[in-house]
Amino acid sequence: MARIYLFKGFERFWHWSQAALIIFMLLTGFEVHGTYTVFGFEKAVNLHTLAAWTLVGLWVFAIFWHLTTGEWRQYIPTTEKIVAVANFYSSGIFKGEPHPFKPSLARKHNPLQLLTYLGVLTLLSPLIWITGWLYLFYADWAAWGLTALQLQWVATGHTVGAFLMLAFLISHLYLATTGHTVTAHVKSMITGWEDTEDEAVPAKKA
Amino acid sequence: MRIKDFWLAAMFSVLLLPAVHAADDDPAKLLKSTADHSKFEALAGPFDSGPAVTKVCLSCHTEASKQIHQTQHWKWEYKNPQTGQMLGKKHIVNNFCTSVKSNEGGCSSCHIGYGWKDVQTEFNAEENVDCLACHDNTGKYKKPAGFAGNPVVKDTEFPPGSGKIIRGIDLAAIAQKVGKTQRTTCGACHFYGGGGDGVKHGDLDSSLDAPDKALDVHMDVDGNNFTCSTCHKTDGHQVPGSRYSPTALDKEPAHLRGKVDTSNPATCQSCHGQAPHPVARLNEHTAKIACQTCHIPAFARGGQPTKMWWDWSTAGKMDKDGKPFSIKNEDGYDTYASIKGDFIWKENVIPEYVWFNGTVKYTLTGDKIERSDKPVPINHFEGSATDGKSMIWPIKMFRGKQPYDPENKSLIINHLAGNDDTAYWKNFNWDKAAKVGMANAHEKFSGKVEFIETESMWPITHMVAPKDKALACADCHVNNGRLEKVDGVYMPGRSRDHMAGLDKVGWAAMALVLLGVIGHGLIRVVSPNRKHK
Repeated sequence: MARIYLFKGFERFWHWSQAALIIFMLLTGFEVHGTYTVFGFEKAVNLHTLAAWTLVGLWVFAIFWHLTTGEWRQYIPTTEKIVAVANFYSSGIFKGEPHPFKPSLARKHNPLQLLTYLGVLTLLSPLIWITGWLYLFYADWAAWGLTALQLQWVATGHTVGAFLMLAFLISHLYLATTGHTVTAHVKSMITGWEDTEDEAVPAKKA
Repeated sequence: MRIKDFWLAAMFSVLLLPAVHAADDDPAKLLKSTADHSKFEALAGPFDSGPAVTKVCLSCHTEASKQIHQTQHWKWEYKNPQTGQMLGKKHIVNNFCTSVKSNEGGCSSCHIGYGWKDVQTEFNAEENVDCLACHDNTGKYKKPAGFAGNPVVKDTEFPPGSGKIIRGIDLAAIAQKVGKTQRTTCGACHFYGGGGDGVKHGDLDSSLDAPDKALDVHMDVDGNNFTCSTCHKTDGHQVPGSRYSPTALDKEPAHLRGKVDTSNPATCQSCHGQAPHPVARLNEHTAKIACQTCHIPAFARGGQPTKMWWDWSTAGKMDKDGKPFSIKNEDGYDTYASIKGDFIWKENVIPEYVWFNGTVKYTLTGDKIERSDKPVPINHFEGSATDGKSMIWPIKMFRGKQPYDPENKSLIINHLAGNDDTAYWKNFNWDKAAKVGMANAHEKFSGKVEFIETESMWPITHMVAPKDKALACADCHVNNGRLEKVDGVYMPGRSRDHMAGLDKVGWAAMALVLLGVIGHGLIRVVSPNRKHK
């Protein structure tokens, strides 16, 4: 079995701090929505806003990191092996078949994973960010000429975004258990080191 | 002069100087006014009537009565330019004592004039302006009901033959102490509107004579100590800030000394401007929410309850001796009076909230009203979320039942007060009271009297609480919060604003995703060829 240093320090920091922020914003966001009471409305709003600005800051760094390191190329979509990966998760995984995709420094994400992340980055994130910013600057709409905009539309868009993000979170948490051991993916996301499965002797590992 | 004498004289002068100085020039004892009215010979009195005092006032303040004659305080009349309706106490019907019209002799104890006996009376002479009503600084000036707005200067039995004596007051002593208006002078009428302390407004009652900070952050006697005219900044006796045409939305900057400002100086914004909060999100709320909505969390907070319900239909019951009677609650307030019917009093009342654009539409006599499941609006605050002129305002909604003419479908002007056979408070006969009242008002009357439920709206704008007592976010941003019934605005935290089905579909989808991953995981666990633990 080989090991590669897949996730660099900043990447891991970005992942986990973003994860914490998103979970926290789901928690406070649904409270603002009126689903339950944990912090109380006022505190929930303030914490949600604070977390949003923190995430903005984190993203500034993350975008800078991706651009300067060239890591943005990880998100160039591909269909290579995509059917094989889909087959793996829908049947191969139950039969003990090896994962058809081998991560490398050039390609850290399998093609399905990559498409999902790309979707999150290009569709879900803009939905949440744009509606969130509009929500935050509600008082300035008139000054910006957004007289026809309704808060209900913005809030609805933001809520849809929140549900989609929650769906992503649930799936992501589950898929994190689908490495060669239940905790393998989590470990590599913590340490940065990924065990690469040996195709020839899959049974030995089990 | 010998040198020795000079020194003696000098020493004496030095000794005497401070004493003389203290007596005449002590800044602490000096009047702020340049005139001490007690030093005017013309005010030495004695005065046998109000107009006699006014004549003296006018001998220096030559233009005062001319100014007063132009004011709403004098005319009790206001033509609303937006609706074209002729309003003012002289014209409207209310759901307290129902009308000034036909009851002038009683109501005019709160008019700033002398001699308004009845509908016909002409009393527009300059000396009939009542200067003392507003400028008394002794607290002793009184105008008892039933004297056509005149003070009583000699002990008088009233009503005649009742054995009750109204004590005469010394007008000269009052006239010599006149000064600027005070909370108590304005309050003598505005705190007692509707027939007693706190009855009418809910945010104006005698607790504002000397309020603490918790009751009114501006009038706090130990703090800002505002008088009414600090905000209702009066110019040439014109007092701004009338409820007939309130300023519902003020987008002007704070008034600046020296700059000509024509906007209402009594609004919050005229001092506090458009962004008074240190927190931007709170300032955002000023786009749609009147300051009063958050900063007056409840009215009737000073210990004096306000009337919330008045049912005239039960008036007229007599006790076993055939005499009118009243029933008091444990706090000593009438809950029933033969002359007026049933009441409900409340303290610390949470306002109702409505969109309000400053236009108030009244139901006047002659306006057709229909009996329905909804009360007849005595007045109605116009406004909506979308007209661009409205703000969400707190109001006191005052409800009750009052006489109406079921055939002409009109509210009735009732003749209640008066020392005559037709006055309801004398004879307890609605037919007579309504007939005379409607005749005095020159209105058609079928001769039938029934009772109909009515409601009137009163803006809540006084009794501003300290900021730590203002509403918190969760008072409104919650289900069934303060603004639950206010439409046309999306309020985070209020479920009824959510797009229909959004939450159901959302959570159902989350359940499916969860079921999906649990199912996938279960198959991994039970599949015989599993590689994964």
